[in-house]
Amino acid sequence: MQGNLKLPIIVKRCAAVLLLVLMSAYAGASDGFINPAGPVAAALRDHLIFIVLVMMIVIVPLFIALPWTLWHYRIGNKKADYQPNWEFSWPLELLIWGLPVIIVGVLGWKLWEQTFELDPYKPLAATEPLLEVQAVSLDWKWVFIYPEQGIVSVNELMIVTGRPVRFRLTSGTVMQSFMIPRLGGQIYTMAGMVTQLNLMASEPGEFRGLNTQYNGMGFANQKFLARAVSQDEFDAWAASLRQSKPPLDQTAWAQLTKPSVLPAPQFFGSVADHFFAGVVAGFTGGGHHHLIKDGSEL
Amino acid sequence: MSAESSFSLLGNLGAQDISFVHAYENPVMSEFIAASAGGFMVVGAVIVIALLSYYRGWRSLWFDWLTSVDHKKVGIMYIVVAFVMLARAIIEAVLMRYHQSIAVNDPGILSPDHFGQLFSTHGSIMIFFVAMPFVSGMMNYIMPQQIGARDVSFPLLNAISLWLTAAGAALVMISLVVGQFSTGGWTAYPPYTSIEFSPGEGVDYWIWSISLTSIGSTLTGLNFATTIYKNRAPGMTLFRMPLFCWTTLCTSILMIFAMAPLTIATLMLALDRYAGFHFFTNDSGGNMMNYANLFWLFGHPEVYILILPAFGVFSEVISTFSGKVIYGYKSLVFATMSIAVLSFTVWLHHFFTMGQGANVNAVFGIATMLIGVPTGVKVYDWLLTMVRGRIRLSTAMLFSIMFLVTFVLGGLTGVILANPPVDFAVHNSLFLVAHFHNMVIPGVLFGMIAGYQFWFPKAFGFRLSERWGKASFWCWSIGFYLTFMPLYALGLMGAMRRTVEWFRPEYLGWLQVSFAGAMLLLSGFLLLAVQLIVSVRQREQRRVPAGDPWDGRSLEWSNSAPPPEYNFAVIPQVEARDAFSWMKEHKKAYLSPDNYEDIMVPKNSMVAPVIGVAAIVFGFALVWHIWWLAIVSFTGIWGTVIARSFVTETERVIPASEVRADHEAWLARVREAPVTPREREDTSDNVGRAEVLA
Amino acid sequence: MNTSPLSHPGLNLGSVDEYSHEEAEPVIFGFWIFLMADLVLFALLFATYATMSVQGQADGPSPADIFDLSSAFIGTMLLLASSITFGMASLALKYRADGPHLVLWLVLTFILGAGFIGMELRDFMTMIAQGAVPQLSGFLSSFYLLVATHGIHVTAGLIWMIVLLIQLRVMGRTTTVKLRIMRLALFWHMLDIVWVCIFSFVYLYGVTL
Repeated sequence: MQGNLKLPIIVKRCAAVLLLVLMSAYAGASDGFINPAGPVAAALRDHLIFIVLVMMIVIVPLFIALPWTLWHYRIGNKKADYQPNWEFSWPLELLIWGLPVIIVGVLGWKLWEQTFELDPYKPLAATEPLLEVQAVSLDWKWVFIYPEQGIVSVNELMIVTGRPVRFRLTSGTVMQSFMIPRLGGQIYTMAGMVTQLNLMASEPGEFRGLNTQYNGMGFANQKFLARAVSQDEFDAWAASLRQSKPPLDQTAWAQLTKPSVLPAPQFFGSVADHFFAGVVAGFTGGGHHHLIKDGSEL
Repeated sequence: MSAESSFSLLGNLGAQDISFVHAYENPVMSEFIAASAGGFMVVGAVIVIALLSYYRGWRSLWFDWLTSVDHKKVGIMYIVVAFVMLARAIIEAVLMRYHQSIAVNDPGILSPDHFGQLFSTHGSIMIFFVAMPFVSGMMNYIMPQQIGARDVSFPLLNAISLWLTAAGAALVMISLVVGQFSTGGWTAYPPYTSIEFSPGEGVDYWIWSISLTSIGSTLTGLNFATTIYKNRAPGMTLFRMPLFCWTTLCTSILMIFAMAPLTIATLMLALDRYAGFHFFTNDSGGNMMNYANLFWLFGHPEVYILILPAFGVFSEVISTFSGKVIYGYKSLVFATMSIAVLSFTVWLHHFFTMGQGANVNAVFGIATMLIGVPTGVKVYDWLLTMVRGRIRLSTAMLFSIMFLVTFVLGGLTGVILANPPVDFAVHNSLFLVAHFHNMVIPGVLFGMIAGYQFWFPKAFGFRLSERWGKASFWCWSIGFYLTFMPLYALGLMGAMRRTVEWFRPEYLGWLQVSFAGAMLLLSGFLLLAVQLIVSVRQREQRRVPAGDPWDGRSLEWSNSAPPPEYNFAVIPQVEARDAFSWMKEHKKAYLSPDNYEDIMVPKNSMVAPVIGVAAIVFGFALVWHIWWLAIVSFTGIWGTVIARSFVTETERVIPASEVRADHEAWLARVREAPVTPREREDTSDNVGRAEVLA
Repeated sequence: MNTSPLSHPGLNLGSVDEYSHEEAEPVIFGFWIFLMADLVLFALLFATYATMSVQGQADGPSPADIFDLSSAFIGTMLLLASSITFGMASLALKYRADGPHLVLWLVLTFILGAGFIGMELRDFMTMIAQGAVPQLSGFLSSFYLLVATHGIHVTAGLIWMIVLLIQLRVMGRTTTVKLRIMRLALFWHMLDIVWVCIFSFVYLYGVTL
């Protein structure tokens, strides 16, 4: 079969484009950063779009030139110019080396700029004060400590809409990775070390959060709900926890650190000062020097 | 883990570790599937043994194949290993795709533990026991012929490398029946894979099977590099080598330098697990970040080890089926070398999210994007090779064209992932999974299938059925898009990899489409099997004894199909690039040589299979803590090496008279053979003698 | 016959034994490549050690607490001397067609090398008796792995030396045996270089940490 192949390839290509279109249509119903609910996720999405558009400059010509070439230079076409020893052309070389270099130059400049701009450790520009949350990843649950409020929530996160949140993260077990896709990117958590992530929700709502780094049998269940509410609702919630919920004492912590999947979120009304620092210090691994950047208290 | 105060002949091994016993004791669907898989494997082995006995093939198997050190046979055996393991890994993939397509708010048919083993074996097998053997086999078969050599520099070492890889594969297969495999993925990150969080034998199976094959690969790289530097025919300067040899050279350099970090990482993990060391533990000074660095220092060059040979195949296939010299040879060489060098500078992009700061991330992000430049150049050079050519759409060419289109999309997603901020959003998601499959399937797999279609007639003396080849091609192509395009969407929608159960109903449609695609991929694979069976049955009509069915351009097409053991009756004198095309154009092809000389060829040796079997036993013994057996098999391996060193008669002579007789008989057939124009290439008129234009 | 001195780096048999010289080319070149791969291995062990020598100490000892420099120094001298004796053996291989010199220098090399291993084992036993076991900390794990990997390589070299001494007796000074001695020489010298690095960066620098 040495005949016409142009049509089927085009059909396949259209299918790919269609899928991409459908994907964006699904954006409204999804959990991902392409449906952003905060400035970090929005910036990530915009950066993605920029990259795709710039790359089209090198990709689209191929998608046009290839089917044309296959059609024009097919063996059945005696009219086409056959030059079996043609192997070099300076102008073409300049183009095929030069264009990718320029593209990579442009993308590289943007990459540099955005990598610093969107460094997870970089505090967000905001008028509202910082909300501190300390997260400990366990098997298979997330423990969120609010050091300023003195409360703890497990598998549920409460933050304030419009306030930048600074996460300090560590792990109580294996390497894990914290992400709330609609708010921003992820960061690994590692025992004995502290990583940082700065996020903000610009609209109220409920967003799914998860662990992305496989850690065993309960990995698929290690999801939590992040709720962005008003400051008043947040304060009321914190107050109700302090009043009605038990303290996070040794017994409760021992129970939490057992590998298990919790049927529902848990809450604790009080927690010892520097509890998070204690969790970190409990591991005598060799990596902690790298990752506490600003020397602030944990 | 039990404290071992008493000596046990079988270490930790017990009856309940046999998968059939295990399924009997836990009769659930997941266990049943696992036991069936083990059962299939056992049945398959029994069938092979039965067929061998029925056709009385044992003598031939041992004397012609298993003890052979001929690079051609070693190459074929590598590819056989690859296909067998591909069968298993594709079925695992289909199983996972099926499970995921029903496991939305539903536990599905696979337990989390079983699912964890499945994605770990799927990835480990595909990389180490499908892709690596496939590319090693392809390079093994073709490269020495393309440089006009009789064999690689170290034939016995070559066979030992093969057997080490086969030993690793055997261990992974054994894990299907005896015990469990790791659930840590093909990357096996500690501390999850440390003894604290993964007690049991699973991770140990991974460690020892990978260690064996990685040693084999290092030796292969050493062998190929030495061969290319030292064994080229007279006149074959480096810049007259076919591009496939350039990619082989670069791949070999990568193998030599990149396997060591993996050996170190797995050894350290083993020491942590077996002897309580603290390389990667959470406590006592361990640092898991070192593992990530070591593993990916290996892991990134590894994927270039896989893709560069495929790039080499595409260069050969596209130029041959365009009837034209490759465009931009020097550019392509330079681009290949740049890719090889740059591949060592990007490893951190596999863990942008590990918290090392914007400076470090940005540097590695830029380096990663830089690799896109030579790769893009190569794609355009291949396109330009077709321009002003006369394109024939053979199966191999179809795979190459689909590669060009699809790989470029994968490259786009690669550039996306190279940007740390965007990577933060899609790392560990199905977007990542779609990206790397988008590189490996159209890149490595299509390249190897194209090479298999292209060089099969040379190796076995008859052409494969184009009709079934094309049917397979369509299934592979459409199957690829259907399987992996939905995964891009899912990744952007927040779906993560290695997930056994989903809780978002909007994922369901995409997952079902993906499963349908996976079935098509499986069909593509099965159609390759059909193609082989049909072609073998029709082989008499498909014979190409004159050896040049495609109007090939390089030296491997200048000998018979199949080639003689010594490749060339007389080592050719090379005058130009595309050496065989030059010979045909200048009427220097198929001339009788003036002089025949005796040819020394290495004798067969049982050293390689003995080492291979001992290595399987060694790995198995280590997995199950059967220390006495580990010591015995280790001593056996080195004892064999030392014993072999006392053997002095390692070569035999093929007398000049025999070479003359065989070669002249073949030349006579070639001169009588009708010449085939390209339009009649896919007919039984094609006996392997090409028409030379102008 | 190719007597070009450039056919491979190292001992050049060209003027003395042309056949062996030609046979040597791919064999010795291939061995250099093996050495490069081995050096990558050692480089990574060094890199690991570098990241773990300070930060990986946890509650365990530091290098200064446990390293016995004088013992390491003696071992170093033994190993360096063994490289000199192997050099003499190589010269004997090249310039003397027969005679006892080759074997004697090799035996001397073996004794010195075995002495080095003996000292190293003694050092390890001392450290273990003090409680400085590899299971104590990341620093110790990486130290033992680096030094023991070197030690295992040296031991393999010693076994190889015995095998070659037997082969010299049984097979004679054939090209094959000569090429094996040449490769062992390269291996031995490489291990010496690695040891110099270990002594400098692990022991000498380590006690300043």
